[in-house]
Amino acid sequence: MEVNLTPLLPAAEVALAALVVLIADLFLRDDEKGLLAVVSVAGLAIAAALAGSLWDSQEAAFGDTMLGDNFSLFFTLLLIAAAALAVFSSAHYLSETNMPPGEYHALILFSTAGMILMASANDLILFFLGLETMSIAVYILTGLRREQPQSSEAAMKYFMVGAFATGFLLYGIALIYGATGATHLARIGYWIIQSAGKPDWLFTAGALFLVIGLAFKVAAVPFHFWAPDVYEGAPTSVTAFMAVAVKAAAFAGWARIVVHQLAPLSPQWDWLFWLLAIMTMTLGNLLAIAQSSVKRMLAYSSVAHAGYLLIAIVAGNEFGGGALLFYLLAYSAMSFGAFAVLLALKNGRGDNEEYRHFAGLGFSRPFLAMSMAVFMLSLAGFPPLGGFTGKFYLFRAAVLAGYTDLAIIGVLNSLLSLAYYLRVIVMMYMDEGGVEAKTAARAPYLYAAVAVSLVATFYLGILPGDALELSRRAFASLR
Amino acid sequence: MFSGDLTLLIFLPAAGALLVLALPRRATGALFKVAFLFAALTFLWALKILWKFEPGLATIQLVDRARWIPAYGIDYFVAVDGINLFLVLLTAFLVPLAILASWTIAERVKEFLFFMLVLETGMIGTLVALDLFLFYVFWELMLIPMYFIIGMWGGPRRVYAAVKFVLYTMSGSLLMLVAIIYLAVRHAELTQSLSFDLFRIQALSLPFEEQLWLFAAFALSFAIKVPLFPLHTWLPDAHVEAPTAGSVILAGVLLKMGTYGLLRFAIPLFPEVTLALKPALIALAVVGVVYGALVAMMQADLKRLVAYSSVSHLGLVVLGLFALNQDGIQGALYQMLNHGLSTGALFLLVGMIYERTHTRMIADYGGLWKPLPVFSACFLVITFSSVALPGLNGFVGEFLILLGAFRAVPFWTALAATGVILGPVYMLWMYRRVFFGPQGRSAGHALADLNRREIAILAPIIALVFFLGIYPDPLLRRMRPAVDAVVQQIEGKRPPALFDSDQARESAR
Repeated sequence: MEVNLTPLLPAAEVALAALVVLIADLFLRDDEKGLLAVVSVAGLAIAAALAGSLWDSQEAAFGDTMLGDNFSLFFTLLLIAAAALAVFSSAHYLSETNMPPGEYHALILFSTAGMILMASANDLILFFLGLETMSIAVYILTGLRREQPQSSEAAMKYFMVGAFATGFLLYGIALIYGATGATHLARIGYWIIQSAGKPDWLFTAGALFLVIGLAFKVAAVPFHFWAPDVYEGAPTSVTAFMAVAVKAAAFAGWARIVVHQLAPLSPQWDWLFWLLAIMTMTLGNLLAIAQSSVKRMLAYSSVAHAGYLLIAIVAGNEFGGGALLFYLLAYSAMSFGAFAVLLALKNGRGDNEEYRHFAGLGFSRPFLAMSMAVFMLSLAGFPPLGGFTGKFYLFRAAVLAGYTDLAIIGVLNSLLSLAYYLRVIVMMYMDEGGVEAKTAARAPYLYAAVAVSLVATFYLGILPGDALELSRRAFASLR
Repeated sequence: MFSGDLTLLIFLPAAGALLVLALPRRATGALFKVAFLFAALTFLWALKILWKFEPGLATIQLVDRARWIPAYGIDYFVAVDGINLFLVLLTAFLVPLAILASWTIAERVKEFLFFMLVLETGMIGTLVALDLFLFYVFWELMLIPMYFIIGMWGGPRRVYAAVKFVLYTMSGSLLMLVAIIYLAVRHAELTQSLSFDLFRIQALSLPFEEQLWLFAAFALSFAIKVPLFPLHTWLPDAHVEAPTAGSVILAGVLLKMGTYGLLRFAIPLFPEVTLALKPALIALAVVGVVYGALVAMMQADLKRLVAYSSVSHLGLVVLGLFALNQDGIQGALYQMLNHGLSTGALFLLVGMIYERTHTRMIADYGGLWKPLPVFSACFLVITFSSVALPGLNGFVGEFLILLGAFRAVPFWTALAATGVILGPVYMLWMYRRVFFGPQGRSAGHALADLNRREIAILAPIIALVFFLGIYPDPLLRRMRPAVDAVVQQIEGKRPPALFDSDQARESAR
């Protein structure tokens, strides 16, 4: 049997970097721990280069259970970028909050390796393996601010709910295996076609459990209740990482499993996703309006954005898939940027994550406030920013697939979301007397992370052509 | 095709905005000069475009077209024709004046000028974009700077007014976005080619049912912007709270975007529905004319009075548009320019007197004629322009509208004419209370007459008011071919039965 491990390289490299960080942590003095960030970023950079070199190679490993197709590589690069941004933006935050840098960086890298496996897995068992690697690392990251009870509470909650979700997922996989005799996605897809689109109750139940497990991971309503508490309690840099990377990895699973491999089932369960999308968007937005903490608002907004992404799942087909991938790109940039600005507000006296702390930021920290305004407007879907282009493609996919109703509900939700996104801008520019944010000199890497997100948000809005083509081709590479 | 003229016109203000961003915050004088320079250059460039424009052609001219997002058939496609040419000029004309009028702003000058220039890019882009996607991008781009201008430099209830403005406008335009997507998808289905090109989508013939919904989405968005009765409630709040320059641009240009959108997009894209819904829209327009005038009469605040007069005037413009004949549409286009000049000037004048007295209540004034002769004279000219005194610009527009509308809908036109009569009532009454009689409470302030900067702002407007009133031909000649093309297109879509009955009625009379 021929053994080809090339598709594994990026994930292996990230895991290797994590091990190097763990070992180096033992030998470094406290004032040298900054080196760990350098090691992490270097490891991620090498992994990115490896992933880039595999582009278009369509390799497969472990008996076709792990694929190096463009879809996996697209997500690999996105996840590596998110991890790198998380490392960049947290340099200052770590020292202020006394989080252990060795564990922090190693866990970020381990979870990234797990996510890459999720995105590359063509087999439910391997997918599950990746999911667990990711989840366990993120549970610990959530509780890493040990002096803060909210952080521990969030970790506990996340762990319990996560275990519950994993139970669903695993049970679903077991039932599907019982029905089809396979865990390999291609063979399951083949079995569905053989059953002429009328699978038996065993399979249906399994698929349903699987979807519930996935819905937990993207915090789709009604499986969202954990998200606000966990997002709020977790250290902000971890929240940013979760909101972007965990969501992207979970949606990679949605795209490969639900949209692509289980596509023959779509006539039967599209109504379910239709309902899921509408509930997630609407409830996420309505609850976001009621928040007084920006961090919690962003948590609910990420629920709402999961709803927009579910529109692409309903739309299915190549357009839906391309739109899903593109929106994830845009969402990652703007959402990460918003959390990074939140990080910059942390100072010696507190976390400063309420709306009132943003008052007057437009004049005390013009760059931060301008960036935050751009991220808010982009999240709300204003052109010419990435969020608008992303929504435009999502809604177009919906209309193409005959779901004009979803597009209309989607835009009405955008209107709803304006209520809370504009509130941040109102505070920053039309009010005074908030908190003094970190200066660029004190947190240069954090500012760099904000700037990168800002550039990406504009780029995806004004010149979306290339990224769009990339997303489309990445989705089309699924087989 | 890429001559670059219009592209330069669109992005010149944006370049100025970036330059303003790069300048130090403290150098307010330099900031103003740079911003004014860029706005003035934009106006000069717009004049050059007028110079290059061939009067007799119905087709679009000075086309700039390039692929933007090929995967979706989205183009960067801008051009001018008789419909948008003068609105572009009006925009480029008003922005430098608005900047000049803001010279007294002391706080956050940098941000203010940045938003003004970005707004100008958005406005010009909206007017010249002929790709639906591009149009939408510019359309939304206008919203954000205005939101900041009202919200940061406005009056006491500015945040409320700014948010209301955004929410109202967005609720319409988001549905228009779905309609645009739907149109493009249908175009791709029917012709197997991806495009957002207005003219190619215009060539589709969709079933009436579909057109109805699409028209509703487009028309709602534009009607909110106009604002057509009963969607006007955001306007008085936005105007009262906005700073002078914001009000000038809002009344002078942004409201025209609604009527322009109707003429450019809603009517030619869905001619059958336009014909079917014509009576309802005309009724709303006429109600707006009369209602706006009546409410304006009752206002105690000068800015609110002018705001409601806008509702009335723009109702008349919509009436002219939906007369769907040459005179009506041409009159509407002409009246858009007039309203931009006269209402823009009214807001400027109110801003000037407000800076002196810090009140806008009519009751606080009185007898201003004595201490402020130049100001009063300017105000008088603009008042006459607003009430359409023959010889001034307003008369030409109103006359053409009523002429065209009377042929289409005599009854409603007669009703609208009462609104036109109410115009002089509230304007002249206001003028009498402010400028004549005993001196009001505001007399306590030491009132200085207009300074040179203020005269420099008003003089070009007053010159144009006279020019457009006395010699409208150069403008009408350039508008006519494009307007005729629209009229012909509508006539072509008129169902035969309806056509006959109209004919019969005409001849019976």
